[in-house]
Amino acid sequence: MSEVSTVIIAIFILLGAFLSLVTAFGVIRLPDVYTRNHAASKAATLGIMFILIGTCIFFYLKDGYFNSRVILGIIFIFLTAPVSGHLISRAAYHTGVKMWNKSVQDDYKSYLEEQGEKEKSNS
Amino acid sequence: MAFQILLNFILAFLWMFLQNSMDASTFLIGYLLGLLILFGMRRFFSSRFYLLRVVAVINLLLIFIKELILANLAVLKVILKPKLDIQPGIFALPTKLTSDWELTILSNLITLTPGTFVIDISKDKKIIYIHAIDIPDVEEVIESIKNSFEKAIMEVSR
Repeated sequence: MSEVSTVIIAIFILLGAFLSLVTAFGVIRLPDVYTRNHAASKAATLGIMFILIGTCIFFYLKDGYFNSRVILGIIFIFLTAPVSGHLISRAAYHTGVKMWNKSVQDDYKSYLEEQGEKEKSNS
Repeated sequence: MAFQILLNFILAFLWMFLQNSMDASTFLIGYLLGLLILFGMRRFFSSRFYLLRVVAVINLLLIFIKELILANLAVLKVILKPKLDIQPGIFALPTKLTSDWELTILSNLITLTPGTFVIDISKDKKIIYIHAIDIPDVEEVIESIKNSFEKAIMEVSR
């Protein structure tokens, strides 16, 4: 392995670890479920992807072994992380978790009330 | 589109049988020749020449990656800022897309854009409810980004 590739791998893995750390800070620090979800679903996705890319390049250059499972892992995380974030926040909203009191706007509430009235008039 | 790809494969196999050699390189040459034939006969198909759509898909993928990195920078800024002065909220975004897979891709893209997050899609599939981490700051920018996403997705499905 040349020096340049070592440095590139190191940058990838350290950046991934840093992003995961920032995610943890965000989950502790942000005020409510929804804003925490912003941090968890975005930064963690990219952090894990960077670490996996670094691993893939490392084993390819060291052993000449291209691990396609790592690439598949990256694609799966890329596809599933935003969906899980969406589902968690939607479930939170429907079970009545309140938004932070400094929130400025809520269009979804009026839509839900409308839907509820429609169902009542139907039944 | 799937029909055109299938036809291209069949033409490539035909080329392999004409050459009487079963190599990958023969297949590749046959595939390229088939591509040329399909391009020449593109006005007999009901949909567009399929390579254009492949280019649109690749374009969408590049947008995905770019937005993911930008979103992370935005979230980093919010989290590491010493003062917590965000104004979260939920706003409604009307959309022109109709089919389910288009909406899925659009909401995945929105979830990975800076500071936005899909909460729900209304039952008639016309409005997407989005949680934004900082409403006054991003709303207009987001509208323009959404328009470009919708255009990129329509480019694929048209």
